[in-house]
Amino acid sequence: MSNATLAPAAPRIRLFQSPALRRFLRHRLAVIGTITILTMVLLVVIGPWLMPFEPTSTNIRNRFLPPFDSTHLLGTDPLGRDTLTRLLHAGRISLAVGFAVMILSMAIGIFVGTVAGFYGGALGAALMRFVDAMLCFPPIFLLLAISALINPSVISIIILISAASWMEIARVVEAQVRSLKERDYTVAAEALGARDRRIILREILPNAVAPIVVAATLNVANAILAESYISFLGFGVQPPTPSWGNMLQDAQGYLRSAPWLAIIPGIAITLAVTSFNFIGDGLRDALDPRMENR
Amino acid sequence: MTSPLVELNNISRHFPGKRTSLFGPPETVRAVDGLSLRINRGEVLSLVGESGSGKSTVGKALMRLTDLTAGEIVFDGQEISRFDRARMRPLRRRIQMVFQDPYASLNPKASVADTLAAPLEIHEPDLTRAQRQDRVADILETVGLSPDFAARYPHEFSGGQRQRIGLARALITKPDLLVADEPISALDVSVQAQVINLLLELQQRLGLTILFISHDLSVVSHISDRIAVMYLGRVVEVAPAEALFRAPRHPYTEALLSAIPEPDMRARRKRMILKGDIPSPVNPPSGCSFRTRCPYAIAECANARPLLEPAGPGHLKACIRDDLDLSPALTSDT
Repeated sequence: MSNATLAPAAPRIRLFQSPALRRFLRHRLAVIGTITILTMVLLVVIGPWLMPFEPTSTNIRNRFLPPFDSTHLLGTDPLGRDTLTRLLHAGRISLAVGFAVMILSMAIGIFVGTVAGFYGGALGAALMRFVDAMLCFPPIFLLLAISALINPSVISIIILISAASWMEIARVVEAQVRSLKERDYTVAAEALGARDRRIILREILPNAVAPIVVAATLNVANAILAESYISFLGFGVQPPTPSWGNMLQDAQGYLRSAPWLAIIPGIAITLAVTSFNFIGDGLRDALDPRMENR
Repeated sequence: MTSPLVELNNISRHFPGKRTSLFGPPETVRAVDGLSLRINRGEVLSLVGESGSGKSTVGKALMRLTDLTAGEIVFDGQEISRFDRARMRPLRRRIQMVFQDPYASLNPKASVADTLAAPLEIHEPDLTRAQRQDRVADILETVGLSPDFAARYPHEFSGGQRQRIGLARALITKPDLLVADEPISALDVSVQAQVINLLLELQQRLGLTILFISHDLSVVSHISDRIAVMYLGRVVEVAPAEALFRAPRHPYTEALLSAIPEPDMRARRKRMILKGDIPSPVNPPSGCSFRTRCPYAIAECANARPLLEPAGPGHLKACIRDDLDLSPALTSDT
């Protein structure tokens, strides 16, 4: 062919030149949030090994030490346990619950949303009305009502919070799938005789990644918060296993005498939740399809 | 004469429209309403009509992307209009489609190689990866693109290049019939001719049969063997391209021909401007659906729907007035 080459071969876009990443890096709060979360993850993963204390080892002589003590950096609690050690161990639990809930509710939400959006009809309507019905319950009552009935453990807490938080993702996915199903490239795949599984996995879901990622990020923040408040109310992670929520609960009685016991886990929760929310905002802006150049 | 590749026999596609009242039945939108058309092997048949005439729905119905309300589709001797997906699948490699908007018809998250390999994965699953890559490289060359483009993504291409990729996707399974739904109307004028010429060249080389859907008679004039003019869900005139331009037999065709832009400023002529818009396909006029805008309409036009009748060799028209002397297209090169 004479016109076999219409343009010289240009180099492929590299990751750091990707416009979405550049937009994300311009979002200052999102970058700060990312750094905060990465630091927290790093600290809770390796931190406990560096600490000389066990999270459950008590020391009655060193009770209620204030922060910045020579041996206990963040002080000690009413049983003389090291607050920093407990905070790091609690962070493992709380962050792990957050991520696990995100993965589980993504799995449920993507499945339900895809089935409802792709097949539509009576099945889709029934599924989405069920989602609406689930969303009618205030999540705190839903969480407390179910957790009062079951024996709380980390696993059961994860399942419980997931059961109360997959609906948002299902809605996002359903709306995306419904609109992507009508795109010409999806119709083209149908015209080629592609099966549903192929159309969903190859044409639809890859193009729905952006809003799903945003919803997932916000989902982590909400899950951390949800774990905190059910643990705070005593239905969540049970002592002596520390979590940020039950550290707050322990601190309740000493708000006047030892306020740092409440302030320290409070800061950790706030930092984690706001960081995830900022990351979510940054991702939303960076992945906005209207800003994506062709 | 051999049997036609495609016969559309009296096909209708009605869509449910708005509800007229809260509990009333929805209105019926008659997008295609009793249309018959034959596509002969190896020809380029153009289907022309203004927007809303139902021409894209005909293409979709033929692709079995939408179900028929009535009528039958005979493809190479088989009545396929009631085939389910599984029975349709082996036929799909023989009927392919090129879409109007090259920016919407390629998956932005799939590389050119992914897009082009998909038809092979579906229809020729026995091919090895290397064989598929060869076929992808071949087809890219066939449509005038470098095989090096396989690893790139759609956003790296211009509209014309994308349309070539869309064409490559349709041709990689070596189809018999290509449905081209306004394949150039979304492209820059400078690129339109290139894509048209490519389409024609490939049609000759591969022995394709093409149903070319367009709203623009001037575009189809030099590519079509035959032209079918559609109005409000029906064919009003079918003729060999040359005959249609030289001696149109339906007033609507005359109006479309007079709307073709004339590059020669001195060649002045009177244009036939149609009054109003195309009527709603929800309740089309009785009798001849064109009579509300037809300058030659008479009282009898409201009585019955005119049938397609022979009006010359290979020429069919749906108009009861045989006495009209309709003006041909002005352009001398057709």
